Amino acid sequence: MADRVIKKSELIKLIDRLLESYRVYAPVRQQDMTNFQEISAADQVDLSLANTTMSPKSIMLPQSETMFEFNLDKTSDQAAILRETEKDLSPRLIFGIRPCDAKAFQLLDLNFDTVAYKDPWWVARRKTTTLMGLACNAPCSTCFCTSVGSGPFSTEGLDLLLIDAGDEFAIQILTKKGEELLAKTSIGGDVSEATVNVVLARQESSLKAIESRVFTEGLKRHEVKAFFDGDFWDELQFACINCGVCTFVCPTCWCFDIQDEVHKDNGVRLRNWDSCMFPLFTLHGSGHNPRAQKLQRLRQRFMHKLKYFVDKYDQGVACVGCGRCVQQCPVNIDIREVFRLMNDLKV
Amino acid sequence: MMSHPILIRHPEGADQLHWDSFCSTNLANYLPQRKERIAIFAKGCDSRNLVLQILENQIKREQLYIIGVPCQGMLDRRKVQAELNGRELLGVRETSQHLHLLGEGFMDSLERSSYLQENCAICTHRNAVIHDELLAEPVLEQEGVDRYEDVRAIEAMTASKRWSYFEELLAPCIRCYACRNACPMCFCPVCFVDESTPQWLGKSIDPTDTKTFHFLRAYHLAGRCTDCGNCERACPMSIKVRQLTKKLEKDILELYGYEAGLSLDQSPPLDTYSPDDPQEFIR
Repeated sequence: MADRVIKKSELIKLIDRLLESYRVYAPVRQQDMTNFQEISAADQVDLSLANTTMSPKSIMLPQSETMFEFNLDKTSDQAAILRETEKDLSPRLIFGIRPCDAKAFQLLDLNFDTVAYKDPWWVARRKTTTLMGLACNAPCSTCFCTSVGSGPFSTEGLDLLLIDAGDEFAIQILTKKGEELLAKTSIGGDVSEATVNVVLARQESSLKAIESRVFTEGLKRHEVKAFFDGDFWDELQFACINCGVCTFVCPTCWCFDIQDEVHKDNGVRLRNWDSCMFPLFTLHGSGHNPRAQKLQRLRQRFMHKLKYFVDKYDQGVACVGCGRCVQQCPVNIDIREVFRLMNDLKV
Repeated sequence: MMSHPILIRHPEGADQLHWDSFCSTNLANYLPQRKERIAIFAKGCDSRNLVLQILENQIKREQLYIIGVPCQGMLDRRKVQAELNGRELLGVRETSQHLHLLGEGFMDSLERSSYLQENCAICTHRNAVIHDELLAEPVLEQEGVDRYEDVRAIEAMTASKRWSYFEELLAPCIRCYACRNACPMCFCPVCFVDESTPQWLGKSIDPTDTKTFHFLRAYHLAGRCTDCGNCERACPMSIKVRQLTKKLEKDILELYGYEAGLSLDQSPPLDTYSPDDPQEFIR
C-alpha cells in the first residue's frame, strides 16, 4: 500500500536529488495547461492540474525523430549508406505520470516490442526510463479509466506510485527500478498507520468519483464486418472535421510515417507521428486513396481502437480512458458514445 | 461548455437543437460542396462565411435556408476553465449578464462580458448579414471597437523582435491542422501541406515548416477571413493563430476598404481584378 512517506515540503528536495541521476520529465505549466517537459530544476514541476494536455507519449515515441542520416555525395564511399543517429539513452525519469498514461505504454509495447519485431529505440527508452506515477485523487468527469483496465490508483506499468495524502506523499515501490530510484535518495520515512488510512480513503473516494463508464463485452460479439457496416457511422462522422487532435493527444495512437528529407547532399530519415484522420495517411502512389472519405477515416480510428486491437491482442481496447480526446475534440465527439454504439450493436 | 454540430434529417431530430453561449462552432464549415438543400443556423460570422462560400461557388444561395441567430458573443471555455483552477465543473447556468459555474461545494458567478472569446469581444457584425428568417430581434452592434490594437502592437515591433514573437507564438504547434480543418474558408480540395508530388512542406515539427504552414494559410485567407475564431477555438495548444489572419484582415481593409462576407455583390478583393486596385505596394 505504501512503503515510504515524504513530507510535501521535501518533494522539491527529492526531485532535485533525482536530477543528479536522471534526466527528469515532469508536468510543466504552459499558460493554461501543463505538459511533460525535461526539467532542469524541481520548481518547474506543476502538479496542480488533473492531467497534461498532451500525453507523455512523445517521451517514448517523439512526434518527430531522426532515425538515420545519409549523404548522397557519389564520390564518397559512404554514399547513400544509412547511419543510425545517436540518441541519448541515459537514465530518465517520468515524474508525475498518471496511471492511465503508464498503462498506455504497456499497450504500445504490444506493437513496438514483440517477439517478431522490436523497435530498437522504443525498447531502449522503455528500459532506461523509470516511471514514477501520481495517483489521481480528483479525476475529471471525462475520465473512464476504471472501465478499460486502469484506475486512478492503478499501479500497472509503473515503477513507483506517489499518493497525495494531505501533508505528505505516500510512495509505493512497485519494481526493482523503482527500488533503485528510491535508494538514490535518503529522503522520507516510514509509513504510519494514519497515512495508510488516508491513502485507503483517498483511493476509495477517487474510485467513486469516476462515474463515467464504458462497456466492452459487446465488442467481441460480432465479426469485424458487422461493426464496419454499422449504420451509426454516418451520423457520427458528420461533425468530425478530420483534424489530428484526437490522435495526437491520445496516449495510445501509435501510427507513424517515415520520410526522407534531403538538403543538397545531406539527408535524414525521419519518423513522424501520423494520423488516420489525414488524407495522406493511406494515399497510394497511384493516386488512389482507399480512405478518401471522412467517414472511412473516422471509422478506422475507432475500429482500430475498439475492434481490430481487441481481436488481435486480446488485451482489451486500445484506450486507457484518459479522456483527452473528449476534452480536446473541437466538435465534441465523445469516444464514450462510440463505445456505446459499438458495444450495443445489434445485427 | 461545448456544443456538437449535427445534421438533422427527420423532424423528430429537432429536439436535439440547443442554444447557449458555447455554440461557437461555425456551421458554415460543413457546407462546401454539399448538394442537397440545407437549413442552417447562422450567427453573424457564420452568415458572412455563407456569403463568401456562395461567392466562391462552394454552395448556392438557393440551396440554403438561413436561420439567423442574433449573437451576444460566444464565451471562451478555456478562459472559464482557467477560472476553475483544476476544480471539477458539474454544471453551467446562464443568465443574460452572468455565467454561473456549479461544482462540488462551489458556485461561482462570472461577469459574462469578461469571458467572451477574443474575436467576439471585438465583433462588429453580430447579426446575420443574410438570412431567410431571424430567430430574434437583431442585437445592437458594438460600436467604436478597436479591432486592431494587438496587430498594431506587433507592427510596431522591430523586424527581429517581430520574428521572435512569431517564433514563440507558433512554437507549441503540433501540426494537427485543427485550425485549418475548423476554418470554413479552408476548402481547397488538396491543401498545399497535403500535396505529395511534389511535397512542398516537411512533415516533421521543424519550426520552419510549421511557420510556413501558418503563414501561407493566413495569406490564403487574406480578404476571406471573417474572424469567426473557429481556428483558435479548435487549437488544442491554445495558439493565438488569429494574430496572423487579423493582420491580413487589417491590410485588406486599409488597401481595399473591404470587410469579408458582408455582401453578395462584393467578391474578396484578391479573388477579382479592378483597374483601380491599389498598387503602390507593388515594387
